[in-house]
Amino acid sequence: MGEAIVITSGKGGVGKTTTSANIGTALALLGKKVCMVDTDIGLRNLDVVMGLENRIIYDLVDVAEERCRMSQALVKDKRFEELYLLPAAQTKDKDAVSPEQVKAIVDELKRDFEYVIIDCPAGIEQGFRNAVAGADRAIVVTTPENAAVRDADRIIGLLEKEGLHGTRLIINRVRAKMMRSKDMLDIDDICQILAVDLLGVVPDDEQVIKSANHGEPAVMNPNSPASIAFRNIARRILGDAVPLMSLEEKKGAMARVKKFFGLG
Amino acid sequence: MSDDCAFDDLVADLLDKLGNTHERLLDGPDVAVHIRLGKRWLSEEQLARLKAAIEAKKNLRVASVESDVVPRERLFDETGRLKMVRGIVRSGQTLYHDGDLLLVGDVNPGGTVAASGDIYVIGSLRGVAHAGANGREDAIVVASHMKPTQLRIAGIVSRPPEEGGLDETFMEFAYLNNGIMQIDKISNLNRVRPGGNIHRGE
Repeated sequence: MGEAIVITSGKGGVGKTTTSANIGTALALLGKKVCMVDTDIGLRNLDVVMGLENRIIYDLVDVAEERCRMSQALVKDKRFEELYLLPAAQTKDKDAVSPEQVKAIVDELKRDFEYVIIDCPAGIEQGFRNAVAGADRAIVVTTPENAAVRDADRIIGLLEKEGLHGTRLIINRVRAKMMRSKDMLDIDDICQILAVDLLGVVPDDEQVIKSANHGEPAVMNPNSPASIAFRNIARRILGDAVPLMSLEEKKGAMARVKKFFGLG
Repeated sequence: MSDDCAFDDLVADLLDKLGNTHERLLDGPDVAVHIRLGKRWLSEEQLARLKAAIEAKKNLRVASVESDVVPRERLFDETGRLKMVRGIVRSGQTLYHDGDLLLVGDVNPGGTVAASGDIYVIGSLRGVAHAGANGREDAIVVASHMKPTQLRIAGIVSRPPEEGGLDETFMEFAYLNNGIMQIDKISNLNRVRPGGNIHRGE
């Protein structure tokens, strides 16, 4: 029996879909059998980020309404044998399915997959309730901005109300320089307010935008800082104790020499 | 009279006693009667019968009824008393209590704590606190870390100055001074709001 993890945030645009795609891919990279579920009905994106848009035949609503079998709707990833996507419908809206239907779908997937990653839509309405219905636990994504942290706090409260405990936090799009100059919320400040376990910190990385536009999750690039961060997050989900990576940018040789002489 | 005999016997006994009393006592000016029930507990109906029995005498008036017994509902009813709650009040959540409220935990930005009496927060108050929500102007807000988005006492609303100033680490309380919100160190509480159980040392 697998585990269903919902990726949620409340606020839009903080990187839920990118995080879902990268965590799903990173878990597959570690040899796990993974299915990603896009519950953002009407505004589906996960298939685009994964580069699987042109392979979709059926979707989540078709499965819920029993117009097709589950196996017909699952889209196999082009890179990994054991990575699948259950896409959202693009023509309907959030009310097209009920939380009970999504729970039944997720429960069915949990029998065949080790991890079911559920990409949640923004907001706290029907779409949110659908996405969390089948989840065993939740990962909340936020960015170091007051508005995003406020919404993450609201979401954590709602998750607790839904009976989901042990929620963990990913802080996305962190810029070390701005944090040092106090122009951005501190990681400690965010953790203090939200009072949940920190699962990982993902640096702001142009590579993420670039790869998403190419339909290739950033974790496929072995060298980008965001890729390393997502790989570490996947290992932490598997239970490994991986220390948080340093946010310091790599300094050039000259800077290191300067620092050695106390000039840096 | 005994407080463990049957109620009907009690009423009969009482009527007998009142019937044998000197006429003079019962003819004079109105006499206030205080009923002490001791360990007896009466239903509303029984109480009405007892009152009727006494007030049947023309100059007796029941002024008060006292009992040592507290009904279960009132024992567990925290209305008007101090209620302790643990946990975090997160954005979008509201915690309200009719009485004094003690929260062990934080109030996050976007969260609200409100009480008809005082509010005590052992934790960071970063959201909104509304003490004396039903109009009590002497209510106070106490917090170990006072960083509210907004403070309200009775009908007065106040927000902290735009620039936060020092990040104080000592416990503070907010109160109304002639209708103006003020914040002071907790050590000055007794000077500002004397009364209650004040510890004076031994």
